[in-house]
Amino acid sequence: MPEATAARRFTLQEYKTDQHVDWCPGCGDFGILSSIQQAFYQLQIPPHRVAMISGIGCSGKTPHYVDTYGLHTLHGRALPVATGAKLANHELTVVAVGGDGDGYGIGAGYFLNSGRRNLDITYIVFNNGVYGLTKGQASPTLAKGLRTKSMPEPSIQEGINPIAVALGAGYTWIGRGYALDVKHLVSLIVEAIRHRGTSFLDVFQTCPVYNDLRTKEWYAGQDIGRARLQRLDQDPGWDPQVRQPDDLAEVVQKKVRALQASYETGDRLSVGVFYKIALPTYEDQMAEKVPALKEHPLVDLPLDQRDIEGLLRSFE
Amino acid sequence: MTGAVQSSVDRRQELSWVLGGPQGGGINASAELFARALARGGLWVFANIEFHSNIMGKHSYYRVTAAPAAIHSHLDTIDMLVALDEETLFGDAPQRKQYPSHTGHVHEVVAGGGIVYDADLKIDQTRFKRQDVQLYPIPYLEVLEQALTSLGRPGQARKHIVMRNTVALGASIGLIGYDEALVEAIIRESFKGRKAEAADMNVAAMRTAAAYARDHFSVRPRAQLHALPEGERRHHVMMKGVHAVAIAKLKAGLGLQTYYPISPATDESVYLESQGPAHQLVVIQAEDEIASINMAVGAAHMGVRAATSTAGPGFALMSEGIGFAAITEAPGPVVFLWQRGGPSTGLPTRSEQADLQFALHPAHGDFPHLVVAPGDLEEAFYHSFESFNWADRYQIPVLVLLDKFLASSFFTVGKIDLSRLRIDRGLLYQPATPERDGYRRHALTANGVSPRSVPGTAGGIFSTTSDEHDPQGHITEGVENRIAMMRKRMVKLETAAREIPSSFKLELFGPGEADVTLLGWGSSKGAILDAIPALERSGRRVNFLQIRMMRPFPVQEVSAILGRSSSIVLIEGNFSGQLGALVREQTGIEPAHRVLKYDGRPFSRNEVVEGVERALSERQPEVMVSHA
Repeated sequence: MPEATAARRFTLQEYKTDQHVDWCPGCGDFGILSSIQQAFYQLQIPPHRVAMISGIGCSGKTPHYVDTYGLHTLHGRALPVATGAKLANHELTVVAVGGDGDGYGIGAGYFLNSGRRNLDITYIVFNNGVYGLTKGQASPTLAKGLRTKSMPEPSIQEGINPIAVALGAGYTWIGRGYALDVKHLVSLIVEAIRHRGTSFLDVFQTCPVYNDLRTKEWYAGQDIGRARLQRLDQDPGWDPQVRQPDDLAEVVQKKVRALQASYETGDRLSVGVFYKIALPTYEDQMAEKVPALKEHPLVDLPLDQRDIEGLLRSFE
Repeated sequence: MTGAVQSSVDRRQELSWVLGGPQGGGINASAELFARALARGGLWVFANIEFHSNIMGKHSYYRVTAAPAAIHSHLDTIDMLVALDEETLFGDAPQRKQYPSHTGHVHEVVAGGGIVYDADLKIDQTRFKRQDVQLYPIPYLEVLEQALTSLGRPGQARKHIVMRNTVALGASIGLIGYDEALVEAIIRESFKGRKAEAADMNVAAMRTAAAYARDHFSVRPRAQLHALPEGERRHHVMMKGVHAVAIAKLKAGLGLQTYYPISPATDESVYLESQGPAHQLVVIQAEDEIASINMAVGAAHMGVRAATSTAGPGFALMSEGIGFAAITEAPGPVVFLWQRGGPSTGLPTRSEQADLQFALHPAHGDFPHLVVAPGDLEEAFYHSFESFNWADRYQIPVLVLLDKFLASSFFTVGKIDLSRLRIDRGLLYQPATPERDGYRRHALTANGVSPRSVPGTAGGIFSTTSDEHDPQGHITEGVENRIAMMRKRMVKLETAAREIPSSFKLELFGPGEADVTLLGWGSSKGAILDAIPALERSGRRVNFLQIRMMRPFPVQEVSAILGRSSSIVLIEGNFSGQLGALVREQTGIEPAHRVLKYDGRPFSRNEVVEGVERALSERQPEVMVSHA
């Protein structure tokens, strides 16, 4: 990642826009927005070297509030747009954001296939279990049997486990944070952006208006007398890093541990880094085919100077 | 805007040659080799294939039409039929009693024409029921054995049975009297280096078969074809539509091509991918067409020229992405829509012109986009190149409408004039300072175009959104802004209509005033052009209006030309007359006659002649033609 390349330091304020943030009071999205801005600030990435790409929904509005280049795209399509943007200019820091309905429902195909490519981008999912902007229908992560106050009937569809899907899809950095633990979330976003390859960060986020089940109090475990969220790194034996990427046995062992840690028991939810591995990025492999990309991003190559006479001659 | 009707083909000098056999049996390689040998001899060549959506076994055939003068179309008649199997001769009725899909090609052979087939099939000649054609049973395997023996490889015919195609080809070449040295040269170019041994074997097979056919049959087929004298040979470029489009895109500075595999569009992307390393092009195979279009939009916003190629079913998935590109004023992408038979999965490997109205209305809401429909390979080249300039200049998606017929047919093309081509990236924002300076990505302007900043540039930061937005790109639902933004986006169509030269919009072939005006678009151009001499034989004056730009529609020009016509015959390859509907919508003029074709096959020259003659002589408002 290009870090601190500018001559001067950027202030935290420079990562914020003057736009009115129109999320509901108490929304978990504020914590995620603040964490993203602080992560950029800590990394001192020049704002004009960042492209924030979002889907549709409350989370989709994030690029309007972060003063970088921003594309607020279509429902579920943030990852393909981010992929095209990164291929066009791999020197930009590309961060895709979206909701759980956006990423795991309508955009599920892109969530899966982006894991296969390992472009050096970061994908942050605001996971609140509901479709907020359409007034609280169940999202793909809402567990079976639950019924939020806005649902007429309890859900009879299972909730998916995004960490497990990400492990299967091939993401090379997989983490989970909590919107209301900003300090921890900032550190996760910083690590996710620093990771070379596609980093996937699922963030538990409260929706105080439509999800009356997964509330701040629920995450705090007021009903069971202890916090539901447990940090993986509090276990001294926890090591998500694959040391030998070509050692399949180690890869499988680390993935199995991550998978176990990802299954919610209802009174214990893991947050932190589940899995990480260093593998060649898509850009690395593309640059092997097109060596000029080692020197310059695609957008800066002299593509308007191509000589095609030889190609035409090959058809004579 | 007007052009001469170039076609002056004398049927007596023209050859229509068909090679048929099972899919996967190598007929493409043999037919394309023959087509290239004809072009090398200075002839104009037009070669098109018909095949099933099937990998191996089903019937396919390749038609090569060649003449000493310019030709742009094929005929349904055959001068020389070359069969690799029995189905090519008599169809699949013997195997599929209930639902035969075709009746073979014997009945299409002209009187005096020839049929080459495998003597080992031991076909009773009375089955042909044709006393007026020459039958040439050639023992393919035996001839192949002779050829291999001459190279010191006796007993190897079965091992090299794939070369029976070359035997069949060679026999037909011997019978029509074409120059074997030219065919040999092309074979040797096709098998170079490690494959040189295969070249020797194929040359021997071709020459042995030609000699065998000449020695064993004293009566030649009526159609004989010779290379032009060396001094008179043009240097023909012969390619398929997928190549013309791909090379134009490279010349236009394409940076990213996205695609999801789909017939008949895939060949273009695969060819581009093969050129990627040499030409610094990134080609990505996406997980679906929604990803394809959105990757391309993302790259376009980052300042890279981006394109995606697809067919109707994939284009259906791209709908929302096109609207997204339009409302965010992305500079592109350029979408190449290779039409095939619809609806739904339809006829995956066949041709149709039935996506015009879909291309005109590809997504919900009102938004600007360009739709162009080139009619041949030269137009495909220039329109494809220029589409990227339009995408950048007007910051809109551009659709290039093509079809399977253009994609997979081999055409000899005139010289591509590279000196005409200029890359124009449109209006770019050049920040005066690296600090924030109130840049507005969607600033309101008279012509609708706002200077675009290339992300990564200090001082050019913007965000944009698929929601309605203000000039800064932030969401707003305000009434005044909404009206201003709708007008700003839509006025770009007027700007484009004003600035784009007429030659990209339409062309009138033939006299300015005529008794009959043929009206058409896209790949039926060639058949229509070549049909005109026959239609003029009765003394009527005929011209042909080809429309190339569908949006913005050249209203004044089309109204003026059609307003002068006493009789208009619409010709297009779909069920409903989609161009006719567009012309009526835009000009209020309704063609008196429609010649339509929706059997999934391209128009042949004789179908156009027949359709127009019937429409006029029988005063039919609508005539359906289908000869394939």
